[in-house]
Amino acid sequence: MNLGYSDSQQAFREEVRDWLKAHVPAQALPSFDTEEGFEAHRAWERTLAEGNWGMVTWPEAYGGRGCDLIEWLIFEEEYYRAGAPLRVNQNGIFLLGPTLMEYGTEEQKARFIPAMASGDEIWAQAWSEPNAGSDMAAIRCSATRDGDDFVINGQKIWSTRAVFADWGFGLFRTDPDSERHHGLSKILVPLNADGVTVRPIRQLNGLPGFAEIFFDDVRVPAFNVLGGEGEGWRIAMATAGFERGLMLRSPARFQQAAKRLVRLYREHTQDLLDPSVEDAVLRCYMDAEAYALSTYQTASKLVGGGSIGPEASCNKIFWSELDLLIHETAMKLLGARGELEPATPSELQELGPWLDGFLFAQSGPIYAGTNEIQRNIIAERMLGMPRK
Amino acid sequence: MGMDFTFTEDQLSFVDAVRGMLSQEVTPERIRARWDTDTGVDTEFMTQVAELGVMGMLIPETLGGLGLGATDFVMLAQACGEMAVPEPIVEQVLVVAPLLTDILERGLGGDSLQAMVDDLISGQMTVAVSHPINPFINFGDRSNWVLAGQGEEVCLVARDAVALASKKSVDPSRRLFEAELDNANATPLASGDVGADLWRRTLNRGALATAAQLVGLAEAMVAQSVRYTSDRAQFGRAIGTNQAVKHLLADVAVQIEYAKPVVYRAAYTVEVSPSRADFAVSHAKVAASRAALLAARHCIQVHGAMGYTWECDLQIWVKRAWALAREWGDEGFHKNRIHEWLLQSNALLGPEFTFGRRTLTDTVAA
Repeated sequence: MNLGYSDSQQAFREEVRDWLKAHVPAQALPSFDTEEGFEAHRAWERTLAEGNWGMVTWPEAYGGRGCDLIEWLIFEEEYYRAGAPLRVNQNGIFLLGPTLMEYGTEEQKARFIPAMASGDEIWAQAWSEPNAGSDMAAIRCSATRDGDDFVINGQKIWSTRAVFADWGFGLFRTDPDSERHHGLSKILVPLNADGVTVRPIRQLNGLPGFAEIFFDDVRVPAFNVLGGEGEGWRIAMATAGFERGLMLRSPARFQQAAKRLVRLYREHTQDLLDPSVEDAVLRCYMDAEAYALSTYQTASKLVGGGSIGPEASCNKIFWSELDLLIHETAMKLLGARGELEPATPSELQELGPWLDGFLFAQSGPIYAGTNEIQRNIIAERMLGMPRK
Repeated sequence: MGMDFTFTEDQLSFVDAVRGMLSQEVTPERIRARWDTDTGVDTEFMTQVAELGVMGMLIPETLGGLGLGATDFVMLAQACGEMAVPEPIVEQVLVVAPLLTDILERGLGGDSLQAMVDDLISGQMTVAVSHPINPFINFGDRSNWVLAGQGEEVCLVARDAVALASKKSVDPSRRLFEAELDNANATPLASGDVGADLWRRTLNRGALATAAQLVGLAEAMVAQSVRYTSDRAQFGRAIGTNQAVKHLLADVAVQIEYAKPVVYRAAYTVEVSPSRADFAVSHAKVAASRAALLAARHCIQVHGAMGYTWECDLQIWVKRAWALAREWGDEGFHKNRIHEWLLQSNALLGPEFTFGRRTLTDTVAA
C-alpha cells in the first residue's frame, strides 16, 4: 500500500493543471441542453482533443495518452478543480468508448473512436423504451436483417443528449422470435438517418435534455452491430458496469461540490441555520472523500490486474444520494433566496450553480438503473439473498 | 512507487491464517461461556493468538516484536470484530503496544517497561491504558500496571495503587472498571507537549482500533441476517425474497463498502504520518460507527422477534457495536474534530488533497 503519488504521477498532474489553466474558458458555457450550449461544448471537446486530453486512458493511436486508471483519476481531479465544462460526449467517451475498446473490431474502433475523441460525433444513449425501463429485457424495438443491412422499427425514450447528438447507441431485438435478454444486439445508429424522428422531452429544468426517438424503417449497415448479433445483453451489461462503476461519475465531481459546500457553509455560519446543516456539511465532505478512496481502491485493483466485483453496485446508490445531500444542504444554506434562478452576473455570483445542481441531483437515483433496482442487485448478487 | 491502494499478498495471507484460527476458536457458544466466568477471558486462547505472532506485530524488532505497521494489522482488527472476539487483542496490539513503544523509544521508561512489552508479546495483558477520553478500562482487573493521566500528564501506576470499581456493560463480553488513581503512587513519564502528543497518538490508535472492529462487526451482522432471512419462511417463501427486507440489508452493505477504504486510509495515515492522522482517523470512526449502528438496527429488524431475544446470537455483535461506537471518542467528539478542521480557512480542501499534502511521498515498505 502506498497512498502517495510517484514523481511521474505528480508531473502528470502538473501537466494537466497547466494545460487546463491555459485552456478552460473563463466564462461558464451555456447548458449543453441548448443548441448554442451544445455547440459550445462540442468546441470544447475539440479543444480537449487537440491537446490529446479527450480521453487519456485511450491508446495514443486513438487520440489518447495510454494512461492507467490512477492517472485518469488525477486527470479528473484536476478537471473538476479547474471548473472545466461538463463533457457533452460523456455517453460516448465514458460508456460506449470502453465497450468499443473491449468488443469492437479494429475497423469499428478506427471508424468511431477518433471521431468520438475529436468531438465530431457526439453520442446519445438509447436504452429505454416506453415499456422497457427498469425492465430492460422487455425491449421490443426491432432490427431486422435485410442483406448487408438491418432495418430498425420502434421507439426509444429518455435518450439523453439525443436532441442535438449525432449518433445513438442502444439495444435492439434482432431475433424476432426471441424473448427477454436473448436475441438482442447492440447497434450504433446515426440520428440523421432517413426514418429517424427525434422528439425532444423537456426535463425538470425546462430544457430538452432527453428525447423520444422514433425509428421508421431505418436502415443501418451490419457493420454498426457491436460485439456480434445476439450478444447485446452481455455487451450492455458491460456498459452498465462502466456507468455504475468507475467512469460515469468520477469522485472529483462530488469532492469539488463538497468543497464549494464547505465554503458556502463558512459564509453562512452567522445565519440562523437548521441545526442539521452542520452535520450534513461534514457528512458531504466525508462521503465525497470516501467515494474517492473507494475509487482509488478499485482503480488500484484493476491496475494490478484484478477485476471489479459485485460490490461495485454499491457506488451508484452512494454517489447519487451524496449528490442529493450536497445540494439539499446548499439549498438550506441559501434559505429563501435559493429558489431564485440566477439571471444576472451578480445573482450568479451570489447563488452559484446550486439550483441547477439541485434539480439535476433529483435524477441521480433514477437514471443508470434506479436505486431500488440497485438495492435488489446488491441484495441478490453481492449478499446472496434469495430471488424467489 | 506510485499510488497503490491494495494490500500485499503477504498481508492478505496472514489475515487469512489468523482469521481461520479465530473462526475455529471464537464461536458464539464459547463467547457465551466466557460470560459465566469471573474474568471473561480465555487465557489459553490468548496464548494461541500470541503464538501466531499477533500480539507483537506492531512492536519494533529491537524491542522483540515483528516491526510491522497498522496497515498490516488493520484487517486483523476487522476480523476480530467479525468474530466478536471478547479479549482486548486489538487494543493490546494497536494501542497499548505502540504507547509502550513510544515511551521506550523516547527514553521515558526503563527496564520495567521492556518487561511489560515482553509480557504483552506473550499474550499477557500486563498493562492497561486509561486514556482521559474513556470513562472505563475494559478488563482493567487483568493488568498489573495502568498507563494513566489527565491533560498532558502520562504516568505509570501499579494496579494496587488504583481503586477499580467494577461496572456492568450492556455487552456481557466486556468487563468495565472505573479507575480512581492514587497520585502519590504514580510515576510520571511525560508531560507538556510530549505527554499531549502521546495521548493524542494513543487516542487516534484507539479510535482506529474501534473503527476497524466496527466494520467487521457490521459485516458479520449482515452475513447472519442473510442466512436467517434465507431460511425463515413466511407466506410460503423465504422472508429474504421480499424487497423491503433486501433493501434494509443493502443499505447496510453500502455503508460498509464505503467505510472500509476510509478505515484503511486511517490505518495508513496512523502508520506513515501519525502527527496528521486526526482527520483520517475521525472520518474512519464516524463512517465505521454509522455502518455498524445501522447494521445493528436493521439486522435486529430483519430477525423479527428472534432479534429481540437473549437466545439469538446476533446480540453478541449488536451490543459490541453499541459499545465500541462510543469508546475512544463518540460521534460528537470525532465530528467536532472534523468540523474544526473543515472550518479552518487554510484547510486543504478539494479533490487534489484526498491523500493529504500533495507532496506526500513517504511510503510503507511492502
